[in-house]
Amino acid sequence: MEKIAGYPESLDNQSTHYCPGCTHGIIHRLIAEVIDELEIREETIGIAPVGCAVLCYEYFDVDMHEASHGRAPAVATGVKRVHPDKTVFTYQGDGDLASIGTAEIVHAANRGENITTIFINNAIYGMTGGQMAPTTLEGQKTTTSPYGRNIKDSGNPIKMTEMLAVLDGPAYIARVSVHNPKEIRKAKKAIKKAFRMQLEGKGFALVEVLSTCPTNWGISPTDGLKWLEEMMLPQYPLDVFKDIEEVE
Amino acid sequence: MSEKKLMKGNEVVGEAAIRAGCRYFFGYPITPQNDIPAYMSRRLPEVDGVFLQAESEVAASNMVYGAAGAGARVLTSSSSPGISLKAEGISYIAGAELPAVIVNIMRSGPGLGGIQPSQADYFQATKGMAHGDFRLLVLAPSTVQELADLTYLAFDLADKYRNPVMVLGDGMLGQMMEPVEFKEMRDLDELPKKEWATDGAKGREKNVINSLGLVAENLEKHNLKLKAKYDQMREEEVRYDDYKMDDAELAIVAYGTTARIATSAIDRARKEGYKVGLIRPITLFPYPENRIAEAADQVDEFLAVEMSTGQMVEDVKLAVNGKKPVEFYGRTGGVVPSTDEIYDKIVAMRGDK
Ligand SMILES: Cc1ncc(C[n+]2csc(CCOP(=O)(O)OP(=O)(O)O)c2C)c(N)n1
Ligand code: SF4
Ligand SMILES: [Mg+2]
Repeated sequence: MEKIAGYPESLDNQSTHYCPGCTHGIIHRLIAEVIDELEIREETIGIAPVGCAVLCYEYFDVDMHEASHGRAPAVATGVKRVHPDKTVFTYQGDGDLASIGTAEIVHAANRGENITTIFINNAIYGMTGGQMAPTTLEGQKTTTSPYGRNIKDSGNPIKMTEMLAVLDGPAYIARVSVHNPKEIRKAKKAIKKAFRMQLEGKGFALVEVLSTCPTNWGISPTDGLKWLEEMMLPQYPLDVFKDIEEVE
Repeated sequence: MSEKKLMKGNEVVGEAAIRAGCRYFFGYPITPQNDIPAYMSRRLPEVDGVFLQAESEVAASNMVYGAAGAGARVLTSSSSPGISLKAEGISYIAGAELPAVIVNIMRSGPGLGGIQPSQADYFQATKGMAHGDFRLLVLAPSTVQELADLTYLAFDLADKYRNPVMVLGDGMLGQMMEPVEFKEMRDLDELPKKEWATDGAKGREKNVINSLGLVAENLEKHNLKLKAKYDQMREEEVRYDDYKMDDAELAIVAYGTTARIATSAIDRARKEGYKVGLIRPITLFPYPENRIAEAADQVDEFLAVEMSTGQMVEDVKLAVNGKKPVEFYGRTGGVVPSTDEIYDKIVAMRGDK
């Protein structure tokens, strides 16, 4: 049964540092609920990123290891190789995973490393004050693309999830969103599957979650979900890009 | 104790690490240390260990960071350019106070440099490994036997201080074959327990491996705690070797393979009546500064010999503190100084004795 009230055991009951209207907190909660439901709180090691979620090691009530920027999949690999029977997940932003950490995520996925990655795409560098990310949309204004992202000079919004899905290593690759309750339920289902597959030894699973950053998008906290839906969905379609259980 | 075996330096690193209880190796190919990963890829599966060739040295050092945090004895090895890339992970490992062993089989630089032996990474190893206020404990073997012994010891020191330890060799030591006797295979159940490790919060509070310190006063406290460890190393871990120092008037200071060449030059000079001795630092951090300071009251002058344009010589000068002249002789770029060259330098300095 889905938990509809109460605080998940795998989340410390404390207020977070996230801005109003930020969906990092919702995604934390989904992960914590999944860990509770799979009854793996005492068997789980989480890898925190460098980004707005750097302090998630304080929020998740499981063993946590704070990685260097982009290297969470390498750190997770080290942990998992030492404790192959434990559940290991990384929580990474788009600057972390899709820019500085591209090599680490590609090779962890390609090895079929038996870990779970939750990839938070908010189309911006939140923590450092709103610089352009590789995922930033065409025309999107950021502190380092003040005239709007210009594809000719700074490339295209990168679709990491689609890229990773063409590799042979991964077991499950999906993109979800949290802009309304229905999508939140679907996101939780995908996250749960990505953890369950690790428990079953099926290999690398990644769920990209589209997320808000009203603070650095320069909009009000209440407009974040609408902006995500209208601006990000056309560029980042929600889908399951790889699922080895489908072809089995 | 086992039989003496004739083995290549690089392979000895691998076997000594396994004997010390290391079951995890993460690395990336680079000459002249390639026999280390090759040996580990063959040997680790035999002892239920894990060998993983990483996608880069950056990834390898962060895998080490993860494995060390998870409580394992873990090794990575590389050669100069690769160590530069490992610097990120090493800084985090030091900041998070994790034990890990890093082997640098030095080649010449800067940049891509060459693949011949060198000691040009002394500054990097002892002072400027990476960002932040931290130190590595640095061990500098000069024979294949010592390479085995110090690699074995490195794991105990890493655990003792919860700090990364570097074994600093050069391409010559890695490639040379010498007889070696290994210490016994450690019983994994007897290794130090690590209650802080990330292995699942079963029946305890969660563990966090972390190097973030957003509050300056707290991070200062943490850095002072690190410094206290480095001070303890200075008290307890200084290692060096004296050779013919009793009546020496000239003290050569050299480490690693260069010290062996200096030894031959000293033997030759002694036959000619020159009173020359050697102080060979075995730990480069902590540096045997007290030994050198003490020698400054005895000898007339010092000569530092290195395979670089002069790096360790700065530490010799600091220890001598102006009491006696300190000269330097070095070859660099992969050129190894010869016995003759060092002998000639001794004669030039001592002249008419
Ligand atoms: C090696 C290194 N380079 C740069 C930084 C600065 N930095 C911190 S967080 C960050 C970007 C984070 O963006 P993202 O991963 O998208 O996470 P978000 O804050 O948006 O959730 C950067 C560039 C750093 N800490 N380390
Ligand atoms: S800066 Fe953006 S990503 Fe970071 S907490 Fe605020 S809204 Fe969330
Ligand atoms: Mg971001």
